[in-house]
Amino acid sequence: MSDETPSDEARARENVFDFLDSGQYDVLGAFWVTVQLTVYSAIGSLVWGTILAAMRVSPVPLMRAFGTAYVNVVRNTPLTVIILAASLGLFQTLGITLAGGSDFETIGFRLAVLGLIAYHATFVCEALRSGINTVPVGQAEAARALGLSFFQVLFLIILPQAFRSVVAPLANVLIALTKNTTVAAAIGVAEAAALMKTMIEYESDAIFLVSAMFAFGFVVLTLPTGMLLGWVSKRVAVKR
Amino acid sequence: MTPMSNVSVTKDAAPTAENLVVLDNVNKHFGALHVLQDIDLTIARGEVVVVIGPSGSGKSTLCRTINRLETIDSGTILIDGRPLPAEGRELARLRADVGMVFQSFNLFAHKTVLENVMLGQLKVRRVDKKAAEEKARSLLDRVGVANQADKYPAQLSGGQQQRVAIARALAMDPKVMLFDEPTSALDPEMINEVLEVMQQLAQGGMTMVVVTHEMGFARSAANRVVFMADGRIVEEATPDQFFSNPRSDRAKDFLSKILHH
Ligand SMILES: Nc1ncnc2c1ncn2[C@@H]1O[C@H](COP(=O)(O)OP(=O)(O)OP(=O)(O)O)[C@@H](O)[C@H]1O
Ligand SMILES: [Mg+2]
Repeated sequence: MSDETPSDEARARENVFDFLDSGQYDVLGAFWVTVQLTVYSAIGSLVWGTILAAMRVSPVPLMRAFGTAYVNVVRNTPLTVIILAASLGLFQTLGITLAGGSDFETIGFRLAVLGLIAYHATFVCEALRSGINTVPVGQAEAARALGLSFFQVLFLIILPQAFRSVVAPLANVLIALTKNTTVAAAIGVAEAAALMKTMIEYESDAIFLVSAMFAFGFVVLTLPTGMLLGWVSKRVAVKR
Repeated sequence: MTPMSNVSVTKDAAPTAENLVVLDNVNKHFGALHVLQDIDLTIARGEVVVVIGPSGSGKSTLCRTINRLETIDSGTILIDGRPLPAEGRELARLRADVGMVFQSFNLFAHKTVLENVMLGQLKVRRVDKKAAEEKARSLLDRVGVANQADKYPAQLSGGQQQRVAIARALAMDPKVMLFDEPTSALDPEMINEVLEVMQQLAQGGMTMVVVTHEMGFARSAANRVVFMADGRIVEEATPDQFFSNPRSDRAKDFLSKILHH
């Protein structure tokens, strides 16, 4: 929101929300960063989590061992530590910027996405694995008996059914992910929580209002996600 | 144990001399349990063999070793003159040539009936979509479920599902078809519709290994009955010989039980 054209709503609530009028806080912009963090991380977590799950059910012992070790280590590490490790370890020590660039803001964003993916993929993996367990063994046997390869069996028969049975748990991961993007503030990504911290500092007379506003913002992001995926979950459930 | 495989028994479709499936001295353990003991079994092209025996005698295991859903500990299995490959692409190719029909149908639950019958053609045989669909529809017609093509398996009766499963296996143009108790999960009124389809297949010259206790089917369609007990082939005979005049005590005992009920 720029100060030349304050929106009608903002003008109507001038008294209470006057700290928004100054235009020094780009609340929508901050939430937009949150949304971007969430979307990129969600897609990445889904892909990486699926690969991890494939490793954990693969017949190759080395793959299984890697998948198991990765999940158990990363899942039990606090997200803040992972994000800080990405920032301090990858960028500041090793100089890895992920696809170049020197803009601190973009680099921080990319590293945050990387950390979020690394972490949430473990939850996607475990949700998927429980989904795989709901698929009767006969499905895989029938597929193998047709002459499908291991990967074909996994990606054409097992995972499609597994996904359908874990839409609800995956929705929970997505909601947790949305809220966990706030950790990116720790490495200077200007998402919603970072702005909230700044605003609380400078608008200390409106702490509750500021907090409520950001809380509301996250509810607006997560509630429809939960409801939509709840509906999807019922729609795609496999009937046996 | 008298070897019967070289005794020529002919029914509708006379088997040629060529052997399609050969099991030689096959052994298999599940832990300490010796489920298959020195199994020798030869199945000629076009032959229909019914495998019968008490629960736990190893019938399913025998069936499943033929397309390597179960591995074996020793012995050899030849399909059409070639040994069963251990793993990978070769094994997948072989499995495509060996159709399998399960007791619990195992249709792919997230795919329509038509997609079930097309999948193997598209992904294993790599035929184009149009040809696959055409073939799938004609096979579904042949097993009498053409009008169910766009439904999901759960919407079909057990008998219909099993007929779709047969169509799915046939779509691969298998050299041999394995049936593991294809009618034992079905309500009585649906058993015949499935047996009829199998009967037609047998008459059409398909090589078949059928684990079943349906004596009517064995009598009318089988060239040979193989009786198993405790992991061994105890007796092999023509259906008439076996049902009216079993030689081994195990077979007599078993038949008296299933005939009674
Ligand atoms: N995967 C397995 N692991 C351990 N034991 C097994 C396994 N599969 C089968 N068995 C055992 O091997 C023996 C033979 O089993 P199999 O299923 O081949 O018998 P079956 O003749 O088909 O019996 P049924 O008529 O009940 O189907 C049984 O004692 C069974 O408990
Ligand atoms: Mg069995």
